[in-house]
Amino acid sequence: MKSEITKVTSHINPNEALIFERSQPGRIGYRLPPLDVDEQVLETLIPKAFLRDDDLEGVPEVSEVDIIRHFVRMSTWNYSIDQGMYPLGSCTMKYNSRLNEKVARIPGFAGLHPLTDAEDAQGALEVIYELQQHLAEITGLPGISLQPAAGAHGEMTGVMIIRAFIDARDGEAGSAKRRTMLIPDSAHGTNPASAHLSGFSVKTIRSTSEGLTDLDHLRELCSHGEVAGLMLTNPNTLGLFEKNIQEICRIVHDAGGLVYMDGANMNALVGVARPGDMGVDVIHLNLHKTFSTPHGGGGPGCGPCCCTRELEPFLPVPRIVLNRVESAGSTAASTGTRHPAPDTQHPRLRLDFNQPQSIGRVKAFFGNYGMMLRALAYIQTHGNDGLREATEAAVLNARYIAHGLTSDYDKPYNNPPMHEVVFTDKRQTRKGVHTLDIAKRLIDYGFHPMTIYFPLIVQGAMLIEPTESVGRQELDQFIEAMCSIAREAVDDPELVLSAPHTTRIGRLDEAAAARKPVLRWKPKARADAA
Amino acid sequence: MANIPEDLHYSKDHEWVRVDGNIAVVGITDYAQDSLGDVVYVELPKAGEKFAANESFGSVESVKAVSEVFSPVSGEIAEVNDSLTDEPEKMNTDPYGDGWMIRVKMSAPGEVDSLLTAAEYEDFTKGDTE
Repeated sequence: MKSEITKVTSHINPNEALIFERSQPGRIGYRLPPLDVDEQVLETLIPKAFLRDDDLEGVPEVSEVDIIRHFVRMSTWNYSIDQGMYPLGSCTMKYNSRLNEKVARIPGFAGLHPLTDAEDAQGALEVIYELQQHLAEITGLPGISLQPAAGAHGEMTGVMIIRAFIDARDGEAGSAKRRTMLIPDSAHGTNPASAHLSGFSVKTIRSTSEGLTDLDHLRELCSHGEVAGLMLTNPNTLGLFEKNIQEICRIVHDAGGLVYMDGANMNALVGVARPGDMGVDVIHLNLHKTFSTPHGGGGPGCGPCCCTRELEPFLPVPRIVLNRVESAGSTAASTGTRHPAPDTQHPRLRLDFNQPQSIGRVKAFFGNYGMMLRALAYIQTHGNDGLREATEAAVLNARYIAHGLTSDYDKPYNNPPMHEVVFTDKRQTRKGVHTLDIAKRLIDYGFHPMTIYFPLIVQGAMLIEPTESVGRQELDQFIEAMCSIAREAVDDPELVLSAPHTTRIGRLDEAAAARKPVLRWKPKARADAA
Repeated sequence: MANIPEDLHYSKDHEWVRVDGNIAVVGITDYAQDSLGDVVYVELPKAGEKFAANESFGSVESVKAVSEVFSPVSGEIAEVNDSLTDEPEKMNTDPYGDGWMIRVKMSAPGEVDSLLTAAEYEDFTKGDTE
């Protein structure tokens, strides 16, 4: 079994030094031409109080080639979506098409200054407006802000809108009584965080043995009359569609609350079902998940917030809206021409700051604009049919994996999964092999690990989301790898427990890293010299 | 199998209670620490804070997850185990001893009777793993 995996050859320098440790006094990556003005004494130009006196201690002195080789070498340690399957559940790590990147680099967009007047930036605003139209159609929710820079940011924007709506509807006294946000026990951790930050206290709704929201518990919690809303992920984090979603929305609405949907799992719904039609009031999307903009490494992301007409007045400003002249029906746009000739006298779109009920701005300028270009490219290249097919393929792929792994791994819920499927380590723990070990061993087989130990309600959870980006061949490879690990867990548990074996660094001590973190590198050479 | 001392009371949230007069010493069970994995950070309340039974009094962060901990009894915090801040691993190595979390001055000592006995808790954890 061991011989099937070949160890990687040693790197030219397996112990890559930090850029600080490569520093050599006087080494530079540039050579400036002689000054063509008279040289001045620095102190005569800048007050002494503002000048550094530490001789830039700690700033590395390196040449251009030092820097290039350092970072290129480290980049080869990375694993990315361009190398292979990245089945991180609830993260939708789909392939990001090169075309999206090309569109985002069009100089007219990439070089546009964010303070350009709206009349002179009509093309750029058109991209935002058109993307909003598409997202409105996809979600069934017409009010949209593209400002939020990430999923949790969009989520908090949504919760702030609920808060503002209730404040306006119930008045100060009435609103003060509605401070409870209901959140299922399977939710993403950001949900209670957003609720707390917006002044709500959280009550947890139980999941049924089927893995769905417990309706009786929901009714009981709603009967207390303090409910501001419900935050629900659909499909939920177990990969199961909340089939009672319409009833759930009705119960919350009857109790005077609003329904927020966490759109992290929209990759199971796009082109097939719309949250607005289910009764959802406000949702966030993740362009960096569902709409194929880059994901990982900290973004930048884009977490649009979409809501009903009723909630629209509370959206962040500025809104990008059609000019009144035009909405009266006098120019090309109303006749359906998508790209009218520029008319700076009568610009088609304008920025609307006059929204007195708005929660205000949530991000500088217009949000992460480059993500909007990429998402629009994704939507337009797919078209209506393509988006639906992508959704169907994402669900089919997850079900293929669910079927392929059932004989070797414990699957805690029987309902057919949507775009992701959860397994546990229950069968492997008998030999002392746990989810973490299985995930580490998967690296040896060339796959990025799945999401582990989430959702929290599943002990030893392994949450697998293949997305639509992989074909059957790679799905089979993944299933074979997982089944092989299951056999190893029985025949040679030590091999799994000590994985990974093919990486440049072996199993890390995560507990020590968290308990005694080394957060800062200190210059050793100088300490020695001192 | 998990260690479940006979002389303690247990909650369904996997906390244990040792009664010492009107003081309840509270920690998490061996079963809980084993499920959580290596504990890396503990968030504790301050002495003098009051909690109702089943109310969250802090959280435990392990390499796997952050979990809330719930007070099995009502009362006022008399003392917290500050040493867990620097040595959270005590919760793994000695959950019923040095890994204790809080001492609560009970306002309703009778609540202890509604907690699980060692035998009941053992049955409960078996059900939990089914």
